Amino acid sequence: MRNILAIAHRETKAYFGSPIAYVVIGVYALLFGYFFYALLIYFDRQSMQMAGMGGPQSVNINEQLIRPVFLNSNVILLFMLPLITMRTYSEEKRSGTIELLLTSPLTDFQIIMGKFLGAMTLYGAVIGITLIHMALLFAFGQPEWKPIATAYLGMLLMGGCFISVGLLISSVTKNQIVAAVLTWGVFLLLWVINWIASFMGPTTAAVLNYLSITGHLEDFTAGVLDTRHLVYYVSFITFGLFLTARSVDTERWRG
Amino acid sequence: MIEVQHLTKRYGPFTAVDDVSFKVEKGEILGFLGPNGAGKTTTMRVLTGYMPATDGKALVAGYDVFDQPIEAKRRTGYLPETPPLYPDMTVRDYLTFVARIKGVPRQERKARVETVMERTRVADMAKRHCGKLSKGYKQRVGLAQAIIHNPDVLILDEPTAGLDPKQIIETRQLIKELAGDHTIILSTHILPEVSQTCQRVVIINKGRVVAVDTPENLTSRLRGSETMYVQVDAPGADVIGALSAVPGVTRVASATVPGTVTAFEVDSEAGRDVRRDLAATIVTRGWGLLELRPMRMSLEDIFLHLTTEEAPHA
Repeated sequence: MRNILAIAHRETKAYFGSPIAYVVIGVYALLFGYFFYALLIYFDRQSMQMAGMGGPQSVNINEQLIRPVFLNSNVILLFMLPLITMRTYSEEKRSGTIELLLTSPLTDFQIIMGKFLGAMTLYGAVIGITLIHMALLFAFGQPEWKPIATAYLGMLLMGGCFISVGLLISSVTKNQIVAAVLTWGVFLLLWVINWIASFMGPTTAAVLNYLSITGHLEDFTAGVLDTRHLVYYVSFITFGLFLTARSVDTERWRG
Repeated sequence: MIEVQHLTKRYGPFTAVDDVSFKVEKGEILGFLGPNGAGKTTTMRVLTGYMPATDGKALVAGYDVFDQPIEAKRRTGYLPETPPLYPDMTVRDYLTFVARIKGVPRQERKARVETVMERTRVADMAKRHCGKLSKGYKQRVGLAQAIIHNPDVLILDEPTAGLDPKQIIETRQLIKELAGDHTIILSTHILPEVSQTCQRVVIINKGRVVAVDTPENLTSRLRGSETMYVQVDAPGADVIGALSAVPGVTRVASATVPGTVTAFEVDSEAGRDVRRDLAATIVTRGWGLLELRPMRMSLEDIFLHLTTEEAPHA
């Protein structure tokens, strides 16, 4: 554990000691702010209309605003996470610092977990920015906190999946651009994989729907904690990290 | 302290290291001499646990680098060909991080970092980012990270490559200072470097060990004498005595070969061809002369590829 934290600490420092963290957080904050604002005015218009038509006194802010904000803003992460993960292994390979790590008394697992935690810390800081927006909603309205909590949990898990894939891809190449593009491709595929589900047979459709990395987020944002989704995310992350370990080991044999 | 047994490393069909064996005693500086591409770096990478060997065994401080990698790595300091520095970290932060992953206890870490910075003379750059250091400083920070956990064994891959003459002298001095506490293997393709720093030399070429000797003996073998390889079928006879009596022969040593035939290495004075006399001596005694060939050639070949003089610095 000590070693994992040592690696994670260095990774975090590398993110925050360079412009990477600030650029990622800043751009995310800007774009998320825009999404938030767009959905907020839409929500505002909707609730006015509802009130005018003599409908229910207020529309559900969790369902009508918070949930769509989270689901829609995912697209920002789709573009940004590959940029966080692309350097994890590629850069160490290129600069030769991988020799330091691999000749230190560390296991591959410790190095991988350290890198994973480091990237997760940055990711946590990125989505942590959105707590400001949630605080605003609490200041001016009465949203329920529980669905928000599950939404954040879901976001963390989903990010974990993306990061584990990113680590894996970064571990197979020296070239950061290659790592970023491949990672982005895989993310996008996992994102849209269920689009064709409705045209497929029931079995294929079920498989495709289950594979979709973002599909599993929907219940989380609705405040539903379903073990099915938890199992999906946790096993996805485990599998990604496991493959990374295999990949690092293979590289070692190949030299 | 270090023991390498029949080490072989293949990359696909290419054999980088072929059945290499040697030993290094505690406190010794061993030079690993060979032209570029001879397999020096590969051998070192296997020793440090960076990559596994295809075949054979390597022990560091009594631990098998493959079976007990963590224990072996704890006792090894390694300076790769390019110092493994993180450009965005300051020298002090970097060394603290290395101390942490090498398992230096928290209480000792700070003192340890300051000590190695003093020792490798980089203390004045403690707050500088590694990426902004000059080549000489980078190399020294590289050495500092290698000794930070006070390892039993130091493995240095071309520690003086790319340095200017003044830095080379400083680095060699530093390595010699380290020798008392650590067992050191250093690789180089510069001949004078081994004679100045090392007590023993392993010459390696095309993945094979060509010679293991002291630098003095190697130099004298190179300059002063010729070596002949002789195989004689003479069970029980005093071949060494007979061959030593041949005029011009300076040394006869037996080279072990399985079976009944016996093999010898015969040194002779330079420029004097003793083959005729050797053959005559053997044949007139009724022994069987199975093989007689000059041995020195391979060694000479290697030396031709080595840098025999200090490179004029560019």
